[in-house]
Formats: sequence, C-alpha cells, structure tokens
Amino acid sequence: MDEHKIILKLRGISKTFENKKGEKHEVVREISLTVFENEFVVFLGPGHCGKSVIINMIEGLLTPTSGEIELKGEPIHGSDPRIGMVFQTTALMPWKTVMENTELGLKFAGVPKSERRAAARKYLDLVGLKGFEKAYPGQLSGGMKQRVGIARAYAYNPEILLMDEPFGALDAQTRYAMEEELIRIWQQQKRTVVFVTNNIEEAVFLSDRIVLFSECPARIKTIYQNPLPRPRDPISPEFMEFRQMVSAQTDLSL
Amino acid sequence: MQTTTNRPVKVQVDHLTKRFGDLLVLDDISFQIRKGEFVCVVGPTGCGKTTFLNLLTKLIEPTSGKLLIDGEPADPRRHNLAFVFQEPSCYPWKTVEENIRFGLELKKKSREETETKTEEMLRLLGMERFRKAYPNELSVSSTQRIIIGRAFAMEPDLLLMDEPYAQMDLKLRFYLEDEVLRLWREIGTTVVFITHNVEEAVYLSEKILILSNKPATIKETITNNLPYPRDIASEEFISLRRRVTEQIKWW
Repeated sequence: MDEHKIILKLRGISKTFENKKGEKHEVVREISLTVFENEFVVFLGPGHCGKSVIINMIEGLLTPTSGEIELKGEPIHGSDPRIGMVFQTTALMPWKTVMENTELGLKFAGVPKSERRAAARKYLDLVGLKGFEKAYPGQLSGGMKQRVGIARAYAYNPEILLMDEPFGALDAQTRYAMEEELIRIWQQQKRTVVFVTNNIEEAVFLSDRIVLFSECPARIKTIYQNPLPRPRDPISPEFMEFRQMVSAQTDLSL
Repeated sequence: MQTTTNRPVKVQVDHLTKRFGDLLVLDDISFQIRKGEFVCVVGPTGCGKTTFLNLLTKLIEPTSGKLLIDGEPADPRRHNLAFVFQEPSCYPWKTVEENIRFGLELKKKSREETETKTEEMLRLLGMERFRKAYPNELSVSSTQRIIIGRAFAMEPDLLLMDEPYAQMDLKLRFYLEDEVLRLWREIGTTVVFITHNVEEAVYLSEKILILSNKPATIKETITNNLPYPRDIASEEFISLRRRVTEQIKWW
C-alpha cells in the first residue's frame, strides 16, 4: 500500500430516503473517509446499518443526498468505469457460460472479442477456474460462482474493486478458503479493494484497515489499522486479541 | 455434574451405512452418546453431515445398520426427537409464548405441565416481556432463540441442532452459545450439534465427532474435558482447536 497516494475520498456524504408519504429515513450520516491506492479497506458494521448504501453510492448506483465522492481528486457522478463491483448475490447470467459471464463488462464496453476473451481467460485462470470456461452458473458451487464474480470484476480492469459481502452466503469453511484465495489474488494483482462485511473474523483476516460503522444511520465509529502481518493465522493469540478488541467496540443486537 | 463415562448410554449407533444408488454417502458409522451429553459433529463441507442428521432424525432410513435410543430401535412415534434448523422456523401467526407452547401441546402434555414449562422457558430466555410479540416483530436471532427454547422445553430424548448460529456475527454467537449451554445444563438434554465452525465445537462440546470426507466415516472421536466456562484464548483451547482443524482442513 502506498500511504501517500490517495485514490478515493468521501467528503461528508449522507443519504436520506423518502417514501411516497414524505416520511424521511436517514441511512448514512456525514461519512468522510480517505482510501489509499492498493489498500484493502474493510467496511465493518452490523446488519442493515447502511454499509451497502455507502458502497452503492461509490459505485454510482445511488446519489448522495449531500456530500461528494472524489476519485483521484475529481468528483464523480454516476457510474464510473474505473470502479468495479462484486455482488453478494453473484449477479451472474444463468444462460451464459462462465467465459461469457466473465467477458460481460468488457462486451458492454465495446471491447473486441479476441481482446476480451484474453482478459477473461487470464483472470479465470487466476481465480482457479481453468477448465470450467464452458460451464453454466447452475453447474457451479457457491464458492465457484463467487470466483466468477471476482474474475469478471478484475477482467474489467478497474482501479477500485467494491465487494459487497461476497462470501455472506457461504459456509464457514468455504468462506475461509475464499478469503485465502482473495488475498492470494489481490497480492498477485494489486488493486484498491473496498470490502463490506458484518463478519468480524473476516474483517480481521482480510484488511489493511477496518472502518467500523455504527448502527443505522451509519456513522464512522472507529478506524483500525490492522497490526497483523500477512499471511495471517486465525487461530493465533494475536489474531484473537485483535478480533476481541474490534468485537468489544461492536454493538450486541439481540 | 456427573462425568461423561458414568452416565447411561442414551443413543447407540451401530454400523450405520447409507447409499443413494451407487453413491456411498455414509460408510459404517458407529458411536455412542450418553444421557445428557453435548456432542458436536464437525466435518469438511459436503461430507454428508445432512444425510447423517436425516438418519438420526429418522427422516430417511439407513441402507444398513441400527440406531437405538434407550436400547430400543429409534421410532419418532415413541421417542421424542427434536430438531433445530439453520433457518429459524417459527410459526409467524403465533406469538412467542404460543410458539414455545406449541411443541408441548403437540406432545399432548397436561395443561398444567404445558403452562409451567412454557413459563420456565420464557424465564430462562429472559423473554417474558416479549411473550405477546409475533416473530416478525423480533430479530432473526431472537426467533432462533425461541425455536431453541421450544425444542428444549419438550425435554426431548435427543435434540439435534444443524448449525443454528451459522449466520450470526461473532458477539451474538458467543452470547447464544452461552445461552444454549445454560439451557442444556438446566434441563439436562442430550444434544447433537452440527457445525462448520471448529471454535464453536470446542467451546460447546463434551465430545467431538470428526467426520471424514465423503463417504463419511468417523475419523476421530475426541473427548473434550476443558472445564466450563471455557476461555477461547487459553493454550489448551487453542491447541484443541488446531488439532480438530487439522483433521478437517481442505481449504
């Protein structure tokens, strides 16, 4: 991570939704944050706290009610090709093969076939799906589908990768496997990653920095610099100590 | 509490085998569970844990082998087998109190017993204030607590739990694990608890059954003698956790 190169800046962004009766619901309040180039930042917060709304605003799927988002010093409006997204629900097209799904973003961007095929192949190999290019999403396991989602986001070659709880639906063991995979991929192909989760263990395992959010409306509660060296061992006393420290700051909601 | 070894045998499983056509899923599984024992079952993803559970609940019949409860072949009509799923399965049209009462009513317990046990369970869960609430007014974790309370209130011969806390975050999980231990201790139920999470298995269990990859056999049975309440950061805890993790690690 380059400490000095700022890639993304959130300047006091807030979001309030309004229903048809005019009732207001404040979801995000005054978030200001700086993300550095090639940094792995984890947004950690309880369920329904507004984390996904923040990430959707960065992606350009939602517009902040107030505040600004800057990418490399310039404000962005709407969706920007320099930002890619991996969805919680994978969002794969069931009638398209693994290869076609991976090429999708590039196809929409008008990249010629041979070029996009080469990019897709490179990242499918990287995520460990060589040999599954012709398979359909329905034939894959949950972890494999997420690998396709990651390869697709990478193939688009964005500068920032947003990941919205990509492993939320996986069992604990598959989740460990995918977390190790993701770090391996990230270390080979450095990008800035903003990763959303409500799982403390996952945040501690993956992050360079953890941004801890409060309950709704989401505000920044604390930011932790992750002190653990990589590769990390989730059963080590240092890991558990840091996990405990973060856990103590989160709210227990029964 | 009695030590594990001098309690009578509650569940006896002999040479349990299950095939679906050519596919051998469970291969010659034998073990014993003593009365009031808390057993955790761990194994790699896709090893056949669900088939294992379905056999124990008698939802499906084994290809060969026997399952005995108190020395008799297990029979859902005679034995009281309770089940807690990963997804909370509260009745949305019943209140908290009615949900807890439901299991007891189903088993045709006397009105008095139903009343007493329902009250006792509301007290144990600390949910007296929410007795008239409906599940959709509560959080997902609270509805899961009601289901678990309902299962314990029936004082089943065998209570099977299939990863009830898989979707809970860390802090909540620790709270719920302490709660399930409290219920287990107060009521003395025999529990089989399936989990993907080794830390959870080591925290809860008196005994851990480690299943192998498919076709599943019992790779190792570990007696967990760590004193309750357990300290997850202690050296003994960590070394047991490592030992179990090594056995199932595929990732």
